[in-house]
Amino acid sequence: MGPGRYVAVLALVLLAAACVPARAATIQISMDNLEISPAVVSAKVGDTIEWINKDMLAHTATARNGDFDVTLPPKKSATIVLKKAGTVDYYCRYHPNMKASLKVGP
Amino acid sequence: MVVRMSAALAALCLLSSAATAETKLTDPQIAHIAYTAGVIDIKAAKQAEEKASNKEVKQFAQDMVRDHEAVNKQALALVKKLNVTPEDNDTSRALSKQASDKLAELGKLKGVDFDKAYVANEVAYHKTVNNALEAQLIPSATNLELKNLLQTGLKLFQGHEQHAEHVAADLK
Repeated sequence: MGPGRYVAVLALVLLAAACVPARAATIQISMDNLEISPAVVSAKVGDTIEWINKDMLAHTATARNGDFDVTLPPKKSATIVLKKAGTVDYYCRYHPNMKASLKVGP
Repeated sequence: MVVRMSAALAALCLLSSAATAETKLTDPQIAHIAYTAGVIDIKAAKQAEEKASNKEVKQFAQDMVRDHEAVNKQALALVKKLNVTPEDNDTSRALSKQASDKLAELGKLKGVDFDKAYVANEVAYHKTVNNALEAQLIPSATNLELKNLLQTGLKLFQGHEQHAEHVAADLK
């Protein structure tokens, strides 16, 4: 591929990226020493939530409304993609003192 | 609620009072006591996983096995890293002996009687272990990593104590 075509392709890619109204973000939330941080996170539909379990203990991220129930083995992470707007309170089923919430905007 | 103090608890109470008066515990002894206390709770939980009739009690027992095994795994990794040999001592021996008596006592119970007795003992046991950690084991520990592990343990076991109290209340 010649340099001219390369630039053209790159321009197209950039144009395509610019046309997507809002890029979906990945938001990281840590579970460290039995605490979820940040405890309150604002996000948008389409964003990815990544929980990072830094503890030697297994945790879960379990939505009180049943939307998700993610298991996090020690020192592992897991992700979900937010599908609908609203505030979701969640906790760890194994350590119910670990509580947090996601505020999901449209 | 009146919780009959088990012999194992009495041993831990002895630990807090005797140890303050006598010589300070060494890190190898502290590691042994903490590890032994974990093993005791795992054994009790495994008995409960088999015998408990209530779903919440069974789940609580599973939580105890999962967490205490994780902490003890961490403790073993730490003593290996520090090249420390956990040292058996009177407190550990008394704890083990009396825990096996408790295991036998609970082994004779069935159904809701077992559930209530197991959970009541878990409340009391965690309370006593937490007091011992706070008042004796953590202040005595000299190695920073050991101290940190005990502190994480304390936070975790305080959660267990609350959880056990919650389950006990639900059983009423």
